[in-house]
Amino acid sequence: MEHLSPEDQERLALTGLEVGMQNRCGSFFQIDQNVVQTTCGAEGIEMLPIKAALEKYDWMRDYYWNAVPADADKYTKYVAKQETPQGLVVIAHPGVKVAMPLQACLFLRDGPVQHVHNIFIAREESEIHIISGCASSWQKKHGAHIGVTEIYVGKGARVTSTMIHNWNSGISVFPRSATIVEEGGIYLSNYVCMQPVNRVIMYPMARLVGKNAVARFSSIVVATPGSFLDLGSRAILGAEQTSTELISRAITTGGTVISRGHILGEKENTRGHIECKGLILKDGTIHAIPEIEGTLTGTELSHEAAVGKIARHEIEYLMARGLSEDDATATIIRGFLDVKIGGLPEVLQRQIDDAIDKAESGF
Amino acid sequence: MLDISDLHVSVDGTEMLRDINLRIGQGETHVLMGPNGSGKSTLLKAVMGFGGYRITAGSIVFKGRDITHIPIHERVHLGIGMMFQHPPAISGLKLGKLLIATSHMGEDSIEALAQSVNMEQFLARDINVGFSGGEMKRSEVLQLKVQQPDFVMLDEPESGVDLENMNLMGREIAGLLEKDVHIINRRRSGLIITHTGYILDYLEADQGHVMISGQIRCHGNAREILRVVKERGYGECLRCKQT
Repeated sequence: MEHLSPEDQERLALTGLEVGMQNRCGSFFQIDQNVVQTTCGAEGIEMLPIKAALEKYDWMRDYYWNAVPADADKYTKYVAKQETPQGLVVIAHPGVKVAMPLQACLFLRDGPVQHVHNIFIAREESEIHIISGCASSWQKKHGAHIGVTEIYVGKGARVTSTMIHNWNSGISVFPRSATIVEEGGIYLSNYVCMQPVNRVIMYPMARLVGKNAVARFSSIVVATPGSFLDLGSRAILGAEQTSTELISRAITTGGTVISRGHILGEKENTRGHIECKGLILKDGTIHAIPEIEGTLTGTELSHEAAVGKIARHEIEYLMARGLSEDDATATIIRGFLDVKIGGLPEVLQRQIDDAIDKAESGF
Repeated sequence: MLDISDLHVSVDGTEMLRDINLRIGQGETHVLMGPNGSGKSTLLKAVMGFGGYRITAGSIVFKGRDITHIPIHERVHLGIGMMFQHPPAISGLKLGKLLIATSHMGEDSIEALAQSVNMEQFLARDINVGFSGGEMKRSEVLQLKVQQPDFVMLDEPESGVDLENMNLMGREIAGLLEKDVHIINRRRSGLIITHTGYILDYLEADQGHVMISGQIRCHGNAREILRVVKERGYGECLRCKQT
């Protein structure tokens, strides 16, 4: 951190990076293509740069380009052809449960493109919480970040992955991530992007391959003028009694949000729900595209989508309690963005709340 | 305390209230009755200052200050409060958080007030989301207890409330209006819209008014008016005015 300017340190703090690590059990820090820190204090959890992990464990090859195919698109191909893969591998060994989150920080400073390949493996009955903070230097005018993340949630394991973005208006971002959840596993994904960015294009997918597996995606985004966010999440209910929920809250203050969602129910006793809500504060675009696809009688899928403005009578109700119009509006927006995700450690929920609170003053 | 003179109010270009004159002194409680759609709620919303209720003539003076055109929250800061008949549900906004944001009270005091109206379990819930009729009313009372307005307007406090909750509501509204304080020292005033008059079982009203077709047609003893309306309907008020 001492290599970074105070402005950049502040930008990283907004993504949840804790320098002092009071609330973190491990930390990975990559600036451009250089890994500057990998440290982990939790027993039974390994954090390694991906190159070291591939050298250390032969079986890593089974997980490398498995959930995400290397030839999926031009971005994955770009990452796959790199001679020196860079990124983080986290392995939670069987039965190891750590409530304290570990952080992965990816910082784009000097290079034109940052590429990252992460693999998170939670073995049987383990539990890990990962917070990924991605940011660019305040001086960085243009650039791209391509991040591949493969997540494997073993039997009865639980993984939460919280990603907070803080880019600049000239940065384009292409996360490519996929998760495989085995029997009784729980995967919770949270995404927060409240700051300007050029483009973010992503469509992470979870495949639920074991009975009773659960995946929940939630995203909270703001599109400022000039920002184009094409986001979505997809869940494949590929085993009996699996369930999923895809929740998104999008606000535009002049930018564009495409909010996609797709659930495929292809096994008995499966359930899925998509909830997309959009708030247009200033003229911009919110395009919700929820898709639900069932292929047999035993699947129950639903969706609700709404796009609109803040209801005048809600503002007036709060004004009738003494809030000014601006405060009433901010209070309603804050409520709109308040998606509480069950099972998230308090410190992570606080991090998400902080990111929202800091951005909120800009509305 | 409140002085409404020759007030005309339009909604969407249609005149809803005309020639309204109403004076409510310090410590007084008035009751407003009238058939559905006669403009009772419109009057409350106009006094509160809601958008869409355009004042085309007349004035509203509160504590000697002309408030006809000031924003809602400034009226609140002067001491006006309102219980909504249909408060909106706002997801993501916790009742407890709103109470903290709108008062100078500490969390402990708010908790104690919440207990007094059986709402302590609701402080951590999104405001009015999934509340029953009675719970909404108790939430409104709680908000007013926190706010402590000098003048409170109550839009049908009895509607949607079961008998058991009605006792609590009656007691709490009497408290808001300082009915336990001797009339000489009583400072709080109120205007209550009622259809059934049940609220009069719990507190005394100093005056009653009947509104018909956007006009106040009759002033008098609240119980007396209620009795006549029960026996002969509002048609009697209309006839009474015409003769």
